[in-house]
Amino acid sequence: MSTPIASSPLSPRDRGGPGQPLLTVEGLVKHFPVKKGIGGKKAVVRAVDGVDFDIKKGETLGVVGESGCGKSSTARLIMGLTQHDKGEMLFDGERIGSRALPLREFRAQAQMVFQDSYSSLNPRMTIEGSIAFGPRVHGVPKRQAIERARSLLARVGLEPARFAARYPHELSGGQRQRVNIARALALEPRLVVLDEAVSALDKSVEAQVLNLLMDLKQEFDLTYLFISHDLNVVRFICDRVAVMYLGQVVEIGPADTVLADPAHPYTKALLSSMPSMDPDNRTTVAPLAGDPPNPIDPPPGCRFNPRCSLVEDVCRSQVPPLAPVDPVHRVACLARQPGSGHSAAPALSVAA
Amino acid sequence: MALGTSPASSAIDIAGGAPPLTSTPDAFVASRGFWGNVLAKLLRDPVAMTAACLILAIVAIALLSPWITPMDPYRGSMVRRLKPVGDATYILGSDELGRDMLSRLMLGGRLSLFIGVTPVILAFLLGSSIGILAGYVGGWLNTVLMRTVDVFFAFPSVLLAIALSGALGAGVFNSIVSLTCVFTPQIARVAESVTTQIRSRDYVDAARLSGASTLTILRAQVLGNVLGPIFVYSTSLISVSMILASGLSFLGLGVKPPEPEWGLMLNTLRTAIYVNPMVAALPGLAIFIVSISFNLFSDGLRSAMEVKS
Repeated sequence: MSTPIASSPLSPRDRGGPGQPLLTVEGLVKHFPVKKGIGGKKAVVRAVDGVDFDIKKGETLGVVGESGCGKSSTARLIMGLTQHDKGEMLFDGERIGSRALPLREFRAQAQMVFQDSYSSLNPRMTIEGSIAFGPRVHGVPKRQAIERARSLLARVGLEPARFAARYPHELSGGQRQRVNIARALALEPRLVVLDEAVSALDKSVEAQVLNLLMDLKQEFDLTYLFISHDLNVVRFICDRVAVMYLGQVVEIGPADTVLADPAHPYTKALLSSMPSMDPDNRTTVAPLAGDPPNPIDPPPGCRFNPRCSLVEDVCRSQVPPLAPVDPVHRVACLARQPGSGHSAAPALSVAA
Repeated sequence: MALGTSPASSAIDIAGGAPPLTSTPDAFVASRGFWGNVLAKLLRDPVAMTAACLILAIVAIALLSPWITPMDPYRGSMVRRLKPVGDATYILGSDELGRDMLSRLMLGGRLSLFIGVTPVILAFLLGSSIGILAGYVGGWLNTVLMRTVDVFFAFPSVLLAIALSGALGAGVFNSIVSLTCVFTPQIARVAESVTTQIRSRDYVDAARLSGASTLTILRAQVLGNVLGPIFVYSTSLISVSMILASGLSFLGLGVKPPEPEWGLMLNTLRTAIYVNPMVAALPGLAIFIVSISFNLFSDGLRSAMEVKS
């Protein structure tokens, strides 16, 4: 399997060199219109409301957050499955959808694995047919496409002789997700978006699939955008983590730092809501009270202020910017921002 | 239980560690494909098979009727009118003009089946095109197409068929046209809802991500998954169509006498219902048998097409 994919950093598809982020997302906005009652005023759900991040070449960026915080919407916007309202997305320095990088060409380099392993495979197609579909669309002759599908099946741990001609309902959830991964790899992408790709699997299968993903990343020189709500999984697989809350990134930085020493009170709450393996170390107080606010009508100022333990008056009027706390770690919290007016904020340093 | 054997054999495979032995039946099961499995399940469904055999037999008799009718279905006899069922010459009796009922029923099946089945086929083609287009494209096109379709739902189907046939004039062709107009909206509605459902599946998104054009996605990913349910629904409409077609003929809007057609025969024999009820009921019985056979067959087809998850 090593022949078709050049896995050196000097791959011909690499335009900007290793220093250039593979994907840069700037100010991404998607509002879904909803109608409030009959003849009511038109409202919008601010599903994604100004998301910024970048993914470096060869890294795994985790995106975590509660249900409904816009993780999956962000993934769909990046892949162009949903049209974004505002914002820029650069893939290796080229704007997606521009003349230099049309959507179709971008999609040949970026693929996605969905959460629901059953719904993401056509029940009327054999699994080798599903995997070979993408290459066939891109003009690979049928026999070669089937051959590629079989070698990919072998690579993800499914013996082609036994599985290639089967139908999705004849496979287990873990096997189907392996097929989905093989399908995503069939077009030899550089970026793979994994949207809760292991969340529906049981723990032992999940671990196997995660190990497979890490091996494949090495072998095919991939970059992952790994969306999950499971912090343990994110800690295991990700190099950097972005924490989302109500359609915005509130903290982003190296996984070790963010998950060990979180700067945003929301990240802290998320981490303390994880059940501990130690029975003596019980969580006695609910770390996060209530549901996230309605994304149709988010609170003014910092969006986390109704649930935040550090809330002060300034949080209800000022929107915190995503500002660096150190060169690689950025956080959107007034309590961590010098000169914000929050009592816990560090003093303004003159040299900065 | 052909599908059930496949996971079972793979479990044995893992436990026993003997892939060469089990790989052959595995390959066999898989190679049969989806439609192969449907056929295999249908063949094991006694009700559906009985219904299918009945339909086939009736169609065969109707097609061959010009050569196999025991008597001339058009020649009447004033002295031998309304003979009862079981008569020595007329096995199923004779009608109000003394024509042989058996021969007329055999020949009448041709027209009845023709004007019953043809509108459904036409409506299947037309309705699924409209519905799949509306369902897949969505947006304003969906609104325009489906609201137009909804207009037809404002009328009860019998009324609509009668009104259209009345406006177009009597005749076989016009009754087929009007019945097609009755069934197209119903099939379009089903096609639209099935397609909308399938369109939101992740595999359609995955196909979009692979760079396939809309037409390719429709052909390769959508069509196979939506045509099944639409087809099943359409077969269940055949019985309704036959009854409506007979109704049109009964009202004098479809087939014209002396042409035998079950609905028309029912009409002309209704005056004889007090004289010879058995004979008068025969065309109705024929309609009943054919329509219930189509219904049972479509039921069997639906359960055979259910993919287990």
